[in-house]
Amino acid sequence: MFAATDLNASNRRKQGLIKTLFLLMTILLIVPVLIILTVLIVKGGPVISFEFLFSDPKDEMTAGGIFPALIGTVWLVSVALLASVPLGIAAAVYLSEYAPDNWFTRTINLAIINLAGVPSIVHALFGVGAFVLFFKFGTSILAASLTLAVMTLPIVIVATRESLQAVPQAFREACWNMGATRWQTIRRIVLPNSISGILTGVILEVSRTAGETAPIMFTGAAIFLPFLPEGVGDQTMAMSLHLYAMATQVPLPEHAANLPYGVALVLIGMVLAMNAISIGFRMWLRGKKKW
Amino acid sequence: MVDVGSPASVASDVKVAVRDLTIRYGSHVALRDVTLDIRENEIFGIIGPANSGKTSFLRALNRMDTFTTEMAVDGSIEFAGHDINKIKNLYALRKRIGVVFPLPVGLPLSIYDNVALAPRLNGVRKRSELDVIVERCLQRAALWDEVKDRLKSLGSLLSGGQQQRLTIARALSQDPDLLLLDEFSIAVDPVTTMRIEDVLKELKQEVTIVLVTNLVQQARRLADRTAFFLMSECVEIAETEAYFDGRVQDPRSRDYVEGRFG
Repeated sequence: MFAATDLNASNRRKQGLIKTLFLLMTILLIVPVLIILTVLIVKGGPVISFEFLFSDPKDEMTAGGIFPALIGTVWLVSVALLASVPLGIAAAVYLSEYAPDNWFTRTINLAIINLAGVPSIVHALFGVGAFVLFFKFGTSILAASLTLAVMTLPIVIVATRESLQAVPQAFREACWNMGATRWQTIRRIVLPNSISGILTGVILEVSRTAGETAPIMFTGAAIFLPFLPEGVGDQTMAMSLHLYAMATQVPLPEHAANLPYGVALVLIGMVLAMNAISIGFRMWLRGKKKW
Repeated sequence: MVDVGSPASVASDVKVAVRDLTIRYGSHVALRDVTLDIRENEIFGIIGPANSGKTSFLRALNRMDTFTTEMAVDGSIEFAGHDINKIKNLYALRKRIGVVFPLPVGLPLSIYDNVALAPRLNGVRKRSELDVIVERCLQRAALWDEVKDRLKSLGSLLSGGQQQRLTIARALSQDPDLLLLDEFSIAVDPVTTMRIEDVLKELKQEVTIVLVTNLVQQARRLADRTAFFLMSECVEIAETEAYFDGRVQDPRSRDYVEGRFG
């Protein structure tokens, strides 16, 4: 009764073939990541030391450390997040919870998707025109961070909107039926249950912001500065630009050839560390809320 | 439609007056030309097969048409003498109407917070007051004994039947004037259903109840008067007993309660 027919056997062969094929593709996918990490750790690992992290670059960047760039990236990312997270979440809440579905909101949604597709160099030029020149922020952390914020807004908006819409409509209706206003429903039910998805968006944004080079090149980041930034009006060094400069702009002598790998490793490490914190926070939140 | 078959009621006696109510979803007509009165402190049953417009009727009473752009309501509904289609402050209207739908919705809050939500929305802050409300409502919904030791655990993780009773407790916590129950017993075991039915009979002293049910016998046990909806129309409105002793006018009503179709 349960003997395999020809059809069963052929189905099983196909099933096995497909499974192996997909497994191979998955492995293929991780290979570049593994290679990058291996090269960086092998070549950049030995470069990293306490001194490398906490001292200024010396001798035309062929020696010394990356401290100003490190601090600069922290500045740029923090200010960019301060600008884009509240703005992005507010816009997403409006689009998901308040806005009627009409041509106007559909146009806005389309614009947001298109904004995500604009090349970063175009954002850079926009930043120069808008923040550096028009608002007269000059080349500064403020101008660079706002440029980064505009560039990463779609990530926050889309992630937030998706996670808001993942909250079942029945929850909202149950609340409205009790006479709750939209805002009461959002604050008590919708936001607490979408916060982990929103955080995922912020994580993505942090990675993107920390790594971008083009948008900050013309708006606030400098290749070398002898001082640390003291406020948002100052220029700053940044990890991504520092890496770019070391790799392409400075002839590195033999003994310093591995320095850029060290910078890259630290940059990746920073992003991973920030992600790890957000992921930990997210898991903690998920543990608290369930339906 | 058959005549409402009820003696001309005194105006003050009427809690909800529905006139020529038609409900559409896009081009689909869910309910057509319904005219009926729901009296103060009665349990008003609505029976009928699936897709006959029962749930749409309840949705219209709570102005849930504002939740979606698709649902359109024509005709008038007066609640306690006010045309609800003209009320600006819908929040105040909905606070006076408790709703329970067939699919239980345990909000992703603790059991306590689920029941305390409506009082909190109304500005009750004192823990002691909230405690009293939560216990009373959970008692009435026949859930207290099962959850009294874990009020802090999530309401959305309760079993289906428990979530349904939690939903009922939440509706009661609004201290409503009008309670709309749509197949409240669908996920609840028979013994608990009987306990809740007993509570509903008591509640009748304070609240007007509209009870949509698939169970003809449930309508018989609870409802003072019952309407029979069939294919988007209100076929009959009569004292509930009239359905069972053959006094109803439309033969389809008799056939339905006797299980000959539907």
